[in-house]
Amino acid sequence: MLRYALKRLLGAIPTLLLVIVLAFLMVHAAPGGPFDDARVLPPETRAALEAAYNLDAPVYRQFLDYLSNLARGDMGPSYRYRDHTVSELIGNAFPVSLKLGAMAMLLAVGVGVAAGTVAALRRNTMLDRIVMTFAMTGISIPVFVIAPVLVLFLAVKLQWLPAGWSGNEGMARFVLPVIALALPQVAYIARLTRASMIDVLASDFIRTARAQGLGTVAIVRYHALKPAMLPVLSYMGPAIAAILTGSVVVEEIFGIPGLGQFFVRGALNRDYTLVLGIVIFYATLVVLLNLVVDLMYGVIDPRIRRR
Amino acid sequence: MISKKRALVYLVILAAAVAVVWQYQNVPQVAGPTASVLHRGLLTDPESVDPHKARSVQAGVVLRDIGEGLLSYSPTGELVAGAAKEWSISDDGLVYTFHLREEARWSNGDPVTAQHFAFSLRRLVDPATAAFYSSMIADVVNARAIVAGEKPPSELGVEAVDDHTLVITLARPTPYLLSLLTSPSTFPVHPGSIAAHGDAFTRDGNLLSNGAYKLDSWEPGSVLALSRNEQYWNNAATAIDEVRHHVVTQEMTQLNRWRAGELDITDVVPPDSFAKVREEYSQELHVAPYLGVYYYGFNLTRPPFKDNPELREALSMAIDREVLVESITGRGEAPAYSWVPPGVDNYEPPRFDYADESQDERNAHARRLIAQAGYGAKNPLQIELRYNTSDTQQRIALAIQAMWKDVLGVETTLINEEFQVLLANVAAAEVTQVFFSSWIGDYNDAHTFLSLMESNNASNMPRYANPHFDSLMQDAARQVDPMLRRVFLEEAERELLADHPVIPLYFYVSKHLVSPKVVGWGDNVLDYHYSQHLSLAPAGATP
Repeated sequence: MLRYALKRLLGAIPTLLLVIVLAFLMVHAAPGGPFDDARVLPPETRAALEAAYNLDAPVYRQFLDYLSNLARGDMGPSYRYRDHTVSELIGNAFPVSLKLGAMAMLLAVGVGVAAGTVAALRRNTMLDRIVMTFAMTGISIPVFVIAPVLVLFLAVKLQWLPAGWSGNEGMARFVLPVIALALPQVAYIARLTRASMIDVLASDFIRTARAQGLGTVAIVRYHALKPAMLPVLSYMGPAIAAILTGSVVVEEIFGIPGLGQFFVRGALNRDYTLVLGIVIFYATLVVLLNLVVDLMYGVIDPRIRRR
Repeated sequence: MISKKRALVYLVILAAAVAVVWQYQNVPQVAGPTASVLHRGLLTDPESVDPHKARSVQAGVVLRDIGEGLLSYSPTGELVAGAAKEWSISDDGLVYTFHLREEARWSNGDPVTAQHFAFSLRRLVDPATAAFYSSMIADVVNARAIVAGEKPPSELGVEAVDDHTLVITLARPTPYLLSLLTSPSTFPVHPGSIAAHGDAFTRDGNLLSNGAYKLDSWEPGSVLALSRNEQYWNNAATAIDEVRHHVVTQEMTQLNRWRAGELDITDVVPPDSFAKVREEYSQELHVAPYLGVYYYGFNLTRPPFKDNPELREALSMAIDREVLVESITGRGEAPAYSWVPPGVDNYEPPRFDYADESQDERNAHARRLIAQAGYGAKNPLQIELRYNTSDTQQRIALAIQAMWKDVLGVETTLINEEFQVLLANVAAAEVTQVFFSSWIGDYNDAHTFLSLMESNNASNMPRYANPHFDSLMQDAARQVDPMLRRVFLEEAERELLADHPVIPLYFYVSKHLVSPKVVGWGDNVLDYHYSQHLSLAPAGATP
């Protein structure tokens, strides 16, 4: 198992290197630089700045220096946030994004499965139509529309919830962003659950269970839910991806200091080190997660261990 | 089946990670019940709270709260004493002597001395600092040579005669020096703190401030929390105990947060909601002239605009600026018929010759000019207009495209580019023909606008080079008498306007929403609003 893990980790290094090379070349290929502004710097000052950030070296040299610093765990200083290092910014931002995404995911699964099950059981009733209309709306309306509408009603008009992030403490400030982020996923999962639940409920083994006199609740809970969840589980991967990308928008709208916002700002400001840092961070995360998942398969499925 | 298991494992890992992170969440400090807290919106994070590494307007907002220069501005924009209580200027206008307040203190209790100011001004021009605004004090003796690395910073024309007397010697009279000394780039830094912490002297807990507030914490992308500097010499006059500068990059979010009562002051008002805001919050909306010009520049290094002032004038004339500011921007901007905005101290901008004509007369005039330049119905002028991606830019460009088409038959191709791409193209001056740009004054003097068009100015985007203009600017710089200097500057602007290197379109306005509970707000052309001048009306005292 340990050998397997080490082998996988070593195998991940070329992948990460490729990501780093591509990301490095792409940020440097974008026109403009981190110190460009309508107010052009005197050439001497510009030279001094570029020297201070090693930007005066040839690109290949910059890349090698970057790699050797990275190997020592140093992602360098941010060009835009000159008082902060990239590691610090990522260290502050990641927990925020993680919390936001995880809550949205839990909400999406919880509410989506419940709503879909109810709709399936009350198929073709008013309730079903209401749930499905809501689901269709949720899928069709993009996050950048939902979020401002939520803010307008719940935060500005009714003042029940905070409209923004900073200065609001505790859980309340998560509510609107999490809803905005989760809503499209709630809708999608509800539709998936309903469709698959209807299929399952029509199958023979459910009819048998019913014939044996089991109540609806028991049937759903012990027999129908598990097989009906399979399509939903397959959708988890795309759902996590959607929440990751959606969080970029939600973080911008609510002013949440998460990775998404820094990524966008970093790209616009040509903050090379910050953008690179976030790309590498995400890539490493994916590689590590995949490794952990595969290791856990081994735990769950003995056939893999034998291989 | 594998993929389902994989998904399940993902969920478990996610849940575990959340649980771990939750444990380490910081619990932010909550202000005491009696502290009065001001919440201000800030469009971006400062680049740095090191006054020499900062650059943006937003950094200036924060730095003016936590630092103080030799001079300062009143809420209505008059120059007032700051860390210096008084000053005198030699008859030749070259030697400025400042007497510092003996009671001025850093937040750790150290006195603020003339040596600190001298150290900081040297640090500003030291190439090792690589300050964005290193050329701000270029007219101080030896400043240019130091920035260029030809002389050591110690040769700068500043001298601390004793702890409380600072002498600044200029290479040429610079009447706006006093205005420059309100700029954060001329604020003092604490030499001992830099010696002790190096670059980390700006970090939370290390940063010493000589202003009305000190920085308690900075969460990038979220908030800068400031609290009263008990050591500040005028602390007794500071009303608000704590200031939170909330970083809210979306203009619409600032508006929503202000409406929800989470912000007391916004940095901006979103253009799309401006009409509605003006209707609903006419009392709270503050719109004031601002020292900034929105302009289109010509690339003067290439045809068709090289050596073709008539053609440039025709394009400038054919733009109905009244329509632009009333129907397109609609936020109280003033149409621009000069380069220097109105409201600049001791200056009356000259105007384009055609400024007094009606738009119909201008159009007729413009048609004659473009015909002279050799363009007509059979041979229409085809040009490219570049601007950065934004709704306002797009609408203005579309309107101008239509005006040029209607009046002159010009075929304009609109090219919108990401801001950094636009900057790179404009700076290269190869593919550009007409391009958007803007300029915000650094200090309250016509020089901050006019010097931009000197042939040796790096930010001279059109690459305008007129020896007569340059020599008028040089003449102005030699004048000790402010009236004479003004005559030269105005003459220089006349020369500039006649050449049409740029099309000034409108002058900016500052736009803020200010809660009725904020007392002491003053509108001014520099858009400076020090938190220390503000106070909060007791809850319930306002409607």
